[in-house]
Amino acid sequence: MSFKLFSLLVQASVWTIGISAISIALGFLIAIGLSAALLSRKPLYRKPAEFFISFFRGVPLLVQLLLIYNLLPFIGLNVPSIVAAIVGMSLCTAAYQAENLRGGFESVPKGLTEAADMVGFSPRQVFLRIKVPIALRLTFPALVNEAIMILKSSSLVSVVGIVEITRMAQDLASSTYMPIEIFSSAALIYLVICWAVALAGRYGERSLPGVAK
Amino acid sequence: MTLPAISVRSLVKRFGTSTVLQEIDLDVPEGKVSCLIGPSGSGKSTLLRCLAFLEEASEGMITVNGEALGFFENSKGERERLPAAQIRAVRSQIGMVFQQFNLWPHMTALGNVSEALKTVHKVPKAEAEERAMVQLTKVGLANRAGHYPSQLSGGQQQRVAIARALALSPKIMLFDEPTSALDPELTGEVLNVMRELAAEGMTMVVVSHEIGFAATVGHQISFLDQGRLLFTGPPSEIFAKPRHPRLEQFLDTYLDRGASMLA
Repeated sequence: MSFKLFSLLVQASVWTIGISAISIALGFLIAIGLSAALLSRKPLYRKPAEFFISFFRGVPLLVQLLLIYNLLPFIGLNVPSIVAAIVGMSLCTAAYQAENLRGGFESVPKGLTEAADMVGFSPRQVFLRIKVPIALRLTFPALVNEAIMILKSSSLVSVVGIVEITRMAQDLASSTYMPIEIFSSAALIYLVICWAVALAGRYGERSLPGVAK
Repeated sequence: MTLPAISVRSLVKRFGTSTVLQEIDLDVPEGKVSCLIGPSGSGKSTLLRCLAFLEEASEGMITVNGEALGFFENSKGERERLPAAQIRAVRSQIGMVFQQFNLWPHMTALGNVSEALKTVHKVPKAEAEERAMVQLTKVGLANRAGHYPSQLSGGQQQRVAIARALALSPKIMLFDEPTSALDPELTGEVLNVMRELAAEGMTMVVVSHEIGFAATVGHQISFLDQGRLLFTGPPSEIFAKPRHPRLEQFLDTYLDRGASMLA
């Protein structure tokens, strides 16, 4: 396989990495709100969040992407397919990340918040200064896991016409008749990216303040 | 007689249908060490947690230096909950030390001690850390200021926790079994810090299984059993001539244990 073919795959990986990174970040922000709603005592907040999560965890991402891609123009939003892809991936990962975060918040030892109450923290200060940092620490490994899952799931956005690694590999395979070489190269690129994310995750986890070295 | 630092009247605490504290009346004298002793499940930790308003009493009143804590009696004689800000204000006179230390794992020792000064009292960072260092020095841990809780022994963590409470200049310190989670050889360093505090005239309420500490440092000992406060008095009365049969039995088990350790 020529260097030129391989470099086309590497160029396509920019889309894979870009879409995944934006979706993980957006999904994380949405997940913070969702997890707060999940932990709320008010059904008015909790129920919609529960519904949202059961939908996005219960419908295949491929179907979600096709649905969003077709739904946005239908409701009058003519956006490029990249936006549809990012919206779909963000909402999907938000559902998973919200459940991770909920678990993290619930695992913050009660004694740590009581200690904060005793020194006069307001509920808001307890949330921001104690609960959030500790919950993030507890959920960090799951977050790295989710980032890797999303990186691989991004291969599905090819159905809305985005030429990321998988789509590029399919195009190249059908035009060059070298599917084994090309799909092996695609697999190798995915492997390297995911390995780098895992490595960065492990380094990041160790450098969180207060984690026993 | 001077006003008691904490005064408890007819306090009842129920969890669901079980009553864990029944009709507790207790005065905590100012500048003295009051110890709560009793078998496990007797309600002594729950009583202490009520004094910190970490548990809300089901009935009765608690006043801290004359101010109602959590609930007050309104003009119609009904028990009414105070607004959260007022509860925080009364509670700010109280420092609490927990059995499990409860240091914040993502902050250094210095961070743990200076955090409330910075976040709650808006003291500038440099000044807050300076004041925190004074407290860490007091508990003998100035050289561990930059360590995270995971890098400290249990005894050191508990001393940081004491410094954290002291940094806010409380008038009263509550200790909930402060040495129960520690190896025997580490209890001494924590008890020493508590002895020094007592010698400085800090008002302290201590729930502890350290009968020796209660006997030597305590000014007032209260014995709880099955949610009732059976006896309150000076240590001389309690330990020298325990007149209550349940108390005698309780102390005997401690003496037995001491004797078996010698054997």
